[in-house]
Amino acid sequence: MRVRLSAESVHNELVRRVEEYSGQDLMACYQCGKCAAGCPVAFAMDMLPSQVIRFAQLGLVEKLLESKTIWLCAACQTCYTRCPKGVDLSRIMEALREILMYEQGSHINYDQISLEEIVEWPQQAFIGSFRKYTV
Amino acid sequence: MRATYFPGCTLNTTGKGFDNAVRASASAVGLELIEVPDWNCCGATYPLIIDNILELAAPAHVLVAAQTQGRILTTACTTCYNVLKRTNEFIRKHPDERDRLNTFIEAEYQGEVNVKDILHLLRDDIGFESIQSHVQKPLTDLKVACYYGCMVLRPPAEVGYDDPDHPTSLDDLMAALGATPIDFPHKNECCGAYLAVKAPDVTRDMVYTILRSAQAAGAEAIATNCPLCQFNLDKQQAEMRKIHAGYRPVPVFYFSQLMGLALGLDVREYGWDQHYIDARPLLAARNLWQGEAMVEGATQ
Amino acid sequence: MSSGENGYSRRVLIVGGGIAGMQAALDIAGSGYEVVLVDKLPSVGGHMHQLSETFPTLDCAQCIMTPRTVDVGRHENIKLHVYSEVEEISGQMGNFRVRIRRKPAYVNWDACTACGACTEKCPQLVPFDFDRHLEMAKEMRTGGVRHVGTGKAIYTLSPQAVPKKPVIDVDHCLWFQKGKCRLCEKVCPVGAIDYEQQEAWFEEEVGAIILATGFELYPLEKLGEYGGGRVPDVIDALAMERLLSASGPTAGVMRRPSDGKEPREVVWIQCAGSRDPELAMPYCSKVCCMYSAKQAMLYKHKVHDGQAIVFYIDIRSAGKRYEEFIQRAMEEDQVLYIRGKPSKVFREGDKVMVWGADTLTGQPVEVAADLVVISPAMIASPGTQRLAEMLGLEVDAYGWWAEHESNMAPLETSRPGVFLAGAGTGPKDIPEAVSQGSGAAGKVLSLLARWKGPDED
Repeated sequence: MRVRLSAESVHNELVRRVEEYSGQDLMACYQCGKCAAGCPVAFAMDMLPSQVIRFAQLGLVEKLLESKTIWLCAACQTCYTRCPKGVDLSRIMEALREILMYEQGSHINYDQISLEEIVEWPQQAFIGSFRKYTV
Repeated sequence: MRATYFPGCTLNTTGKGFDNAVRASASAVGLELIEVPDWNCCGATYPLIIDNILELAAPAHVLVAAQTQGRILTTACTTCYNVLKRTNEFIRKHPDERDRLNTFIEAEYQGEVNVKDILHLLRDDIGFESIQSHVQKPLTDLKVACYYGCMVLRPPAEVGYDDPDHPTSLDDLMAALGATPIDFPHKNECCGAYLAVKAPDVTRDMVYTILRSAQAAGAEAIATNCPLCQFNLDKQQAEMRKIHAGYRPVPVFYFSQLMGLALGLDVREYGWDQHYIDARPLLAARNLWQGEAMVEGATQ
Repeated sequence: MSSGENGYSRRVLIVGGGIAGMQAALDIAGSGYEVVLVDKLPSVGGHMHQLSETFPTLDCAQCIMTPRTVDVGRHENIKLHVYSEVEEISGQMGNFRVRIRRKPAYVNWDACTACGACTEKCPQLVPFDFDRHLEMAKEMRTGGVRHVGTGKAIYTLSPQAVPKKPVIDVDHCLWFQKGKCRLCEKVCPVGAIDYEQQEAWFEEEVGAIILATGFELYPLEKLGEYGGGRVPDVIDALAMERLLSASGPTAGVMRRPSDGKEPREVVWIQCAGSRDPELAMPYCSKVCCMYSAKQAMLYKHKVHDGQAIVFYIDIRSAGKRYEEFIQRAMEEDQVLYIRGKPSKVFREGDKVMVWGADTLTGQPVEVAADLVVISPAMIASPGTQRLAEMLGLEVDAYGWWAEHESNMAPLETSRPGVFLAGAGTGPKDIPEAVSQGSGAAGKVLSLLARWKGPDED
């Protein structure tokens, strides 16, 4: 299906929210791909980190909300450190997670974690997960 | 020298052994750590939605509590350092949000505290030469690759005190302790951190990239300064031989454990039992471990 | 013809002996006026002298340049001050007074016959500036691959250098550093070596000035993610030119510095420090897309079954026959273009790993390269700032000369009688630099033509 791009579709409400929550100008990204090249988790993602911005630039945010990529971001800050335009992609990832969780609820279930893990693992792992994956 | 010390939730519980090592070794080199009174968890990740006042409340509360004890706040967990440092800088630079935050947590904090990672203090305020002068049992021939992870290096403008691409402070500390630091290209590559909870296979691959690179460079051990990195690099190795034929596990030290050993301290309570890859055989092989008994001539 | 109406000097100072400066000098000198041409290197030719071949024609750089350099060296109207720097300028249009300092070469150039014996016998191999400090593996440094005369403590820049007279690099000369050797003095048949030589000062009076100070490359030291200049076999574009060049450290045989092996996989990284407002220079350096394609093609012509990979963001090929050149690289020489800027370059064993991503397929990629060539941003030549202060002229935020009006007066400065030419105002290719040389000469000649001599009406 050919996607119709128009003034309304490109700067839609979802895009506006992404920009508002992340504080980033999506159009500053010129798709050089350096973020994708350095992302330590890109190998496991279904779309490149740079493509996440591209879909948002085109207003196709729905596609993003189906992808695994935004949930695999470890917020390691490598993308932001290397970006030649100073775009903080980690904030954009967080904004997308937030938007999706507002609609669909949390992305992690406490039941998924066993008692053994809770006792054995450093709790900062769980706190970090709850921070990133709950709303 | 005195600094207010924030242990963080992990070093206070599952990582207590490492915390013991931090406190004892700091004291032995002249860094007096005063624990932050009535502290809470820092939140473990820096909130990336802008103006997330709610999520900033936890680290802000730590800063407020720390202020009562002095101007310098330090921590030995790089994740805590990153959160506290970035929160502190945010408070200093955003007066409107600062006011809202202060109203919310019922405080009047303006960013008076200086957040400084313990390695930064050891490097610049204590000095590695000074530390070297306290070494009783140099870690001779211990080939250790220093793993920095992400949080103490990035974003460099906000938290960095070392070169983000080729950091050397932990390496230089290891050299001062008499060890042989092994440089390798993935010392600043993310280990996966909290991804281990929901996507352990992914973190396993990330950890393998780091460890393989360190071993290829000649490392027989890793030293790190984040308890979550330590856990990821350590635990994931238990399964690695099944997936990567011929994989040779290496022990992952917390840097302060090595400090304690080199300074001749009593290291019995430094968390040796919780390592998945036991560190003691390597230490014994390098004549750095005296069995379960107290290390000979220990001072504390 | 040197003194005009009201005592206006009709002599011209040109700062910079690269292709723009030389073109201007030849145009003005050819019109009958005297030119004082100053260059900081021991020979003229600037960066073009370092190139192997030029795009899009793949002409040998020295072959097309030496007619200019030889003319400049011999012209009766050109007073050449090489190995010199402008130290002071006072006065105004028509009456500039210039003080020029010639650095000591420690060789008496009047006596020297350029026989080359000194450089041949000099025992000190030096990874010298002209070769971008390339230090080849030991096997490559001896045994006939290296050209005689270059890369020694007493050196000429290349076999085609004009003037072809040697200078001593005191930082690496055994006599100056350790009080030993003096072999060059012993072998010189005319006794031209003079370790006591002092710097010399010259005063010139000129009526107009052309600034043709050229460019430098953004240092690899500032690109930490690409190795910070410390990873073996990661070199910059001009170093690659030297490796490809027949007058370079390997006489044009394709070898890599660390172990002298022939590289089978070579990666080019574009836009390193360019188009990077956050971390380096915001502007595009214009010529790197073209020269990397050229270098990749030349590499493939030397290593037929080698693989050339270029990591790019966009390909900019706007000049005449430039686009066809790029297509030729892709189609005829099988250069692989990957759209994505690499994030990290590091050493693993005897390979240089490049971590990138192909943004077109959405695939993270890595290359285990034998040699990595960085295309760094072009920056203004060092010394531009000091010259600007001497003349009371402005440079822009990045150190480039500020044109009086960049659209309609790109060769003029805010000072009457002072003009610009070449890459000193910003990245340029060879045709543009040469054109600007003639353009600036034209501006100057129109002034000189109006300043009549006392015996002219």
